[in-house]
Amino acid sequence: MLTRTDRFRRLQRHRLFPLIPLVAVIVVLPLLFPSAYYFRVAALVFIFAIAALGLNLLMGFAGQVSLGHAGFMGVGAYAVAIGPSQLNIAPLFSFVLGAAFSALLAFAVGRPILRLRGHYLAVATLGFGVLLTIVFTNEAKWTGGPDGMAVQQLAVVNWTLRRVSTWYWVLAASFLVSAVIALNLIDSPTGRALRAIHDSERAARVLGVDVAQKKLAVFVISAVYASVAGSFFALINGYITPDVSGFLRSIELVAMVVLGGMGSVVGSLIGSAVLVILPQALTIFHDYEHAILGLTLMAVMIFLRRGIVPSLSAALSGSHK
Amino acid sequence: MAAFLQFTFSGLTVGAVYALVAVGFTLIYNASDVVNFAQGEFVMLGGMVTIFLGYAGIPVPLAAVFAVFITTMVGLALYRFGIAPARDASAVTLIIITIGASIFLRGIAEIIFDKRFHSLPALFGSDPIRIGGASILPQTVIVLASALLIVCLLWAFIGRTLYGKAVVATSSNRMAATLVGINTRTIVGACFAISAAIGAIAGVLVTPITLTSYNVGTLLALKGFAAIMLGGIGSAMGAVVGGVLLGLFEAFAAGYLSASYKDAVAFVVILAVLFAMPQGLFGKRMVERV
Amino acid sequence: MMQKIAIAALLIGLAVSGTAGSATAQVKVGAVLSASGPASFLGDPERKTLDLYVEDINRQGGVNGQKLQLVIYDDGGDANAARTFATRLVEEDKVAAMVGGTTTGTTLAMIPVFEDAQIPFISLAGAVQIIEPVRKWVFKTPHTDRMACEKIFDDLKRRKLTTVALISGTDAFGKSMRDQCVAVAPKAGITIAYEETYGPADSDMTPQLTKIKAATGIQAVVCAGFGQGPAIVTRNYRQLGIEYPLYQSHGVASKQFVGLAGAAANGVRLPAAALLVANKLPDSDRQKPVVVGYQNTFETKTGQSVSTFGGHAYDGLMILVEAAKRAGGFDSGKLRDEIERTKTYVGTGGVVTMSPSDHLGLDLSAFRLLEIKDGDWIMIPDSAS
Repeated sequence: MLTRTDRFRRLQRHRLFPLIPLVAVIVVLPLLFPSAYYFRVAALVFIFAIAALGLNLLMGFAGQVSLGHAGFMGVGAYAVAIGPSQLNIAPLFSFVLGAAFSALLAFAVGRPILRLRGHYLAVATLGFGVLLTIVFTNEAKWTGGPDGMAVQQLAVVNWTLRRVSTWYWVLAASFLVSAVIALNLIDSPTGRALRAIHDSERAARVLGVDVAQKKLAVFVISAVYASVAGSFFALINGYITPDVSGFLRSIELVAMVVLGGMGSVVGSLIGSAVLVILPQALTIFHDYEHAILGLTLMAVMIFLRRGIVPSLSAALSGSHK
Repeated sequence: MAAFLQFTFSGLTVGAVYALVAVGFTLIYNASDVVNFAQGEFVMLGGMVTIFLGYAGIPVPLAAVFAVFITTMVGLALYRFGIAPARDASAVTLIIITIGASIFLRGIAEIIFDKRFHSLPALFGSDPIRIGGASILPQTVIVLASALLIVCLLWAFIGRTLYGKAVVATSSNRMAATLVGINTRTIVGACFAISAAIGAIAGVLVTPITLTSYNVGTLLALKGFAAIMLGGIGSAMGAVVGGVLLGLFEAFAAGYLSASYKDAVAFVVILAVLFAMPQGLFGKRMVERV
Repeated sequence: MMQKIAIAALLIGLAVSGTAGSATAQVKVGAVLSASGPASFLGDPERKTLDLYVEDINRQGGVNGQKLQLVIYDDGGDANAARTFATRLVEEDKVAAMVGGTTTGTTLAMIPVFEDAQIPFISLAGAVQIIEPVRKWVFKTPHTDRMACEKIFDDLKRRKLTTVALISGTDAFGKSMRDQCVAVAPKAGITIAYEETYGPADSDMTPQLTKIKAATGIQAVVCAGFGQGPAIVTRNYRQLGIEYPLYQSHGVASKQFVGLAGAAANGVRLPAAALLVANKLPDSDRQKPVVVGYQNTFETKTGQSVSTFGGHAYDGLMILVEAAKRAGGFDSGKLRDEIERTKTYVGTGGVVTMSPSDHLGLDLSAFRLLEIKDGDWIMIPDSAS
């Protein structure tokens, strides 16, 4: 006979368990929001969390560094901008096409790039991101150039997605879906193969893992995540500029992943929350906001050096480990 | 022919800047495996502090010396308060710490300095040297020469002095170095200080060409990083060659292809080189531990 | 289990840690400026100007007896951040009006927020598409880049130089002005025979200028950009010994440019607001008292030389304040209507007369043509060449 504690323990070990408190928070939070501004900030947190989650799969699990990931965000963003206005493709379909194109791009670029290691991989991805930004900036006939372009709102049949509070629910749901996919991926044979690759590529190869194919697969998946986030980003703002795919944006994503905790799905959300909310909260310091942001980043990384979620986990559940 | 020569001179001008910035990365990387993204800010501080001390009435040469000294202290502080406390953190964490440091330094610069562009007088005047129908600034020659000089000094330091050997020992195996009595904290700290000094010197020398403002650090760090990867991370000579080549790629792309895409072309060429030589031009072959 | 609760608490804590709003009887005026980042060269004097003059207005008793509270946010040149701050201004701070939007990108991203909330928005950005097509709640104070092109082309025609080369920055300012110049050139009788671009952070433009030097038939060169780029272009221009007249744009509009470009700047002409030559204006000039007053205040209080970008912020604020005085308060609808009824407001940028179809209110006479000589500006009257 299974006791209640036994059943609870089994539930706790289920891979989707970490999401339960998350769902609770997501449902309760809007009750505390005084105005649409908070919905907007929360919406942005979810958008970047999706991109950070994709990057986390690549960096945290597979151990491959990418300093150009915002490039894929740019692809998704511009797909949803160019599709309806220049090619007469419906926004929803442009969204899907953007993700498909990102996957294709990741596939084409990934094969050669992923043969590089460490810092060399970093600079290759960096170059890739810079290249995309330059294309978005210069091809003004398509992209509106450095000033950017307006983005048509997302509409399904008769209803247009306008209000920020609606966006909150749409994006929260999207993040949960991507988290479920990620958690399932991590716990699958592919996920285990990726973690093996992270620990030692050679050992993984010896065990029969097709390293190149697995690395490419996770690169493509993370690109799709970034593209989806980018499309949402463009749609919620109704406007997009080339610096969506810029170097600084890519660095921000990496910081979110590392801050939240590499290899932690909830960590991606936390990292995104910190880097989206902190600049808003620091405005009270006016001239000092950037200096304080830098200090905060450094302090968090020094004291919680495995990332916020893993470090707090380890600290709080000390006796269990 | 004159056009080709001018493009070459332009490439050397820009490349000299990249080279001098790139050399600064090398020592810190060699000592601690950290790519210091705040290196660009050291360059910015070198130039900006000199300029503002100059406005306050101090003669430029003396101001430059103070600027290098102050930046060196900043480098030491970065190590002492940013890197040393995070001793056993992973490489990515250390990179984020240096990124946080660069944001912090930029934030401080925002407050202490201003948001405008500034310049320094060139060492030998701004009349260009004319060769074969093209012209090059004397300052470019000075920057290139300084880069090479610093590489030689680094080589002498690493190869010929006891402290240099200690640096090599620390980077090969930290634990072993400690066991033989090397104070690794002092050594790595010293490397941060020297890199900061190199960055500041770079700032003082390149400002007459590039102009400077409080946020030039980011782009310089980016280009410097690309340069050292091209040249092979860990090699000072590679940093200089990588920087100069990057400048040349950009200039020739601007001259013969399209100026709008020159940065893109330069990166594509770097990637092509890396595919052929995954360790960069002068890099050591990476040994993978199984 | 504990860690999940802790994480949840952290999330909630972060979410609710917004700023503490202050509910006072003051009227709030919002400003989202790019005081840091690539456009800080423009945003910083704007911010300083707004701070200075709101304080000044309050010291003199406020507007209709009400004190103003300036709520400034720094978007760092990022359109997404600007949009978030715009939402914050509307939803949290509940501002009555907005003076800001340093760049075209940030302005365009914020326009929908203010249009939806029906709050007047006076933009400080340059591109003509901010007011064309006219949007009910959006105005702007800086001259458009189209006007800059027209002013330059007028002078070129007067000097009988009709075939030009254009070198522009790939940043938003440069690109926008380049597009406008290409569009108005035929009507102005100018042929743009050759074009080059440079990156806004580049430090050497000799490859592009070498190609311009080698191109045949060029009689003059126009440079469209802002920040340090034009200064380097000017230096490189002389370094290569190019003899054709060089024109810069209003993007260089501050004394700093002259200092940075050095001796190379002699003979360079550019369109600029009267603010730059405040002390040289004839006493009969309507703008003289305004620009001299602004220049003295700005330079004394900040210790920096005046720039036209700060001047645009001054104009934006003053137009708003004058409109509020006429409207008897800060009710959005009435305020908007009065802003639109601005007639012959004498500002740093020119004499402004708005209308329902013109939310800028400046014409070509608002631009003066200047030439740089021996480290200072001289005015080129419209009839001379």
